[in-house]
Amino acid sequence: MKIAVLSGKGGTGKTLVSVNLAAVAKTSTYIDCDVEEPNGHLFFKPKDIIEEEISVKIPKVDGNLCSGCRRCVEFCKFNALAYIKEKLIVFEDICHSCGGCILLCPEKALTEKEKVIGRVQKGTSEQVTVYTGILNPGEPSGIPIIKKLLDENEHERSKTIFIDCPPGSACIVMESIKDADYCILVAEPTLFGVHNLNMVYELVKLFNKPFGVVLNKCLDGENPSEKFCIEKGIRILGRIPFDNELGSLNSNAEIAVRKSEKYRTIFSSLLEDVKKEVHHETTSDS
Amino acid sequence: MKIAIPVNEKSLESNVCVSFGRTPYFLIYDTDTQKSVFLDNSAAASTGGAGIKAAQMIADNKVNILLTPRLGENAADVLKSAEIEIYKTTTASAKDNIDVFIAGKLPLLNEIHAGFHGHGGK
Amino acid sequence: MKQLLILSGKGGTGKTTIASAFIKLSKARAYADCDVDAPNLHLITKQNSLPKKRDYYGLPKAEIDTELCIECGQCRQNCRFDAISADGKYKVDPFACEGCGVCELVCPVEAVTLKPAVAGELLLYTEGEKVFSTAQLKMGSGTSGMLVTEVKKQMKSAAADVEFAIIDGSPGIGCPVIASLSGVDMVLIVAEPSISGISDMERIINTATKFGVKTAVCINKFDTNMQNTEKIENFCKGQGISLMGRIPFDSDAVKAINNGQTIVDIVCASGAAVKVVFSKTMELLFEEGGGLRS
Ligand code: SF4
Ligand code: SF4
Repeated sequence: MKIAVLSGKGGTGKTLVSVNLAAVAKTSTYIDCDVEEPNGHLFFKPKDIIEEEISVKIPKVDGNLCSGCRRCVEFCKFNALAYIKEKLIVFEDICHSCGGCILLCPEKALTEKEKVIGRVQKGTSEQVTVYTGILNPGEPSGIPIIKKLLDENEHERSKTIFIDCPPGSACIVMESIKDADYCILVAEPTLFGVHNLNMVYELVKLFNKPFGVVLNKCLDGENPSEKFCIEKGIRILGRIPFDNELGSLNSNAEIAVRKSEKYRTIFSSLLEDVKKEVHHETTSDS
Repeated sequence: MKIAIPVNEKSLESNVCVSFGRTPYFLIYDTDTQKSVFLDNSAAASTGGAGIKAAQMIADNKVNILLTPRLGENAADVLKSAEIEIYKTTTASAKDNIDVFIAGKLPLLNEIHAGFHGHGGK
Repeated sequence: MKQLLILSGKGGTGKTTIASAFIKLSKARAYADCDVDAPNLHLITKQNSLPKKRDYYGLPKAEIDTELCIECGQCRQNCRFDAISADGKYKVDPFACEGCGVCELVCPVEAVTLKPAVAGELLLYTEGEKVFSTAQLKMGSGTSGMLVTEVKKQMKSAAADVEFAIIDGSPGIGCPVIASLSGVDMVLIVAEPSISGISDMERIINTATKFGVKTAVCINKFDTNMQNTEKIENFCKGQGISLMGRIPFDSDAVKAINNGQTIVDIVCASGAAVKVVFSKTMELLFEEGGGLRS
């Protein structure tokens, strides 16, 4: 069972929800797909880390074969190539690894070479297996890392897998939720929160994913996000109150369910509800 | 000697454009013939790598000197390979900058800003 | 035009809340929202007029003409982004396509063409003397740095003679942030006293100093973790970064926002604190010769 946790913006509590759900589920897998700013590992502090580098294929030129026809320079849609003083220059961090120039070069002067764009770490924190994807700064796309993170876990389907998605609704988020069985949308109780929730709501609808909302940072009084859910008939999975205890545990990168009975109860019941929902969705689907 | 300047308008009196890669035009001034030509910058519309493409164009036009307020890392690499010298402009017009340069009073451009990784910026 | 950029690392630190208060306090005649992935500023700056809209084109995307397609499979085999599916007819997944043009190159019957694709929308509000530039990126569009640049350009050309502008920056630390940073006179970082907030702040400070932009920090919700607040302050002192003040956590702030008001429209603790931050920031921004300028 794969559960993706997402939100329209960072800082809404996406990591809080996914980390605590994974921790309360005991034997589970937590995957941090927020490869530009992975934060989950700060909470889990995983041990026995195994690291693997992720690379993509970029072109390499053999100056002796290159005739200077410039076909590659003209082809490259990303302007990653320049031909100056009878030499081809490849801009490695601009290259999107499409392979076009290599296919096209009439002199076979271009070949592939590997370029490391980031890494995937696997470790454990109590019974939780923690995967972290880390994109090197300045790389154009984190998608190859996300693909790797999610492929790795194909065989572990029996465990509950929690995917901490990147914020927003860009293509990298789509990649992260592609194979999810269920999506949890985390929303803040403000006007901004509604706007951001609406974005991911559109996204999960587009992908036809079953989903529900967790309302975070709930205060007394009006909650525009709650109103939004009621209006749209969206299932509200749970409410996490705003309080100082949780705030300070979280800002010190502690996992609330491992420190406090109160939060263990809140997240256990949230987990139960989510599981029921997933079960319901998967049985009514088939 | 040929001098290139990114300009906002096709005129010698034009302001210098703050963006090298995305300037609408380049003014190419030939100090030997004292003639100026304006080139449309085809790189301006690229989503990424505009600086590289613009630098390629400057190099292809056999320019020796570039006067610009700012420059990205990648474009600077291209220009350096092409052995083009880069000087930092003032806020004056293109023509004034050429005059100041010829008088030997423009400083070399030293700060090269980090690239935009193909995602725009200027 | 002096431009003040407000940044925060991850979202949710109150960047927009503070930006909107600054806009109110300064009576800024030009402002922009560069958070093109999830713009929020328009929700709270009450725009009465309708915006001028303009499509924003990102990288073109491939399209297959199924009439011409002979289903040879070349495009699918050569696409590095798994963007071409072949259940039934050959089709390009516009969300996966990066517009590299390899399919167009390999297609033996010219059935594939790259077509310009709308990746978002630029909006420009003008009301009397005020100009507000913002944009919304379309779902599934990856590259927003260029759109950020467009938002700033749009503001500048619409308000050419305005001497002061406020820009609500993009979250994160990636390309859109770099695009937000370019050409501004000063950055105010809104930091939150959490472990991840501190690490985000350090990364932005690094980038901003590389750009030679004057940088200052204020701490939002400082009372939610005093220890981390002190850590941030010590860090800034050590780096020679000016501190603009502390803003407390305030449930009245949430109420104000939910009523579509800024925190300086009502009487509240965070509003009072933001006023102090504001005047310090203005002083630093308009101080001549101080800090690094590019
Ligand atoms: S296509 Fe091949 S031969 Fe032509 S310039 Fe590029 S590398 Fe050289
Ligand atoms: S692989 Fe594609 S993106 Fe990279 S240099 Fe070649 S054509 Fe450009």
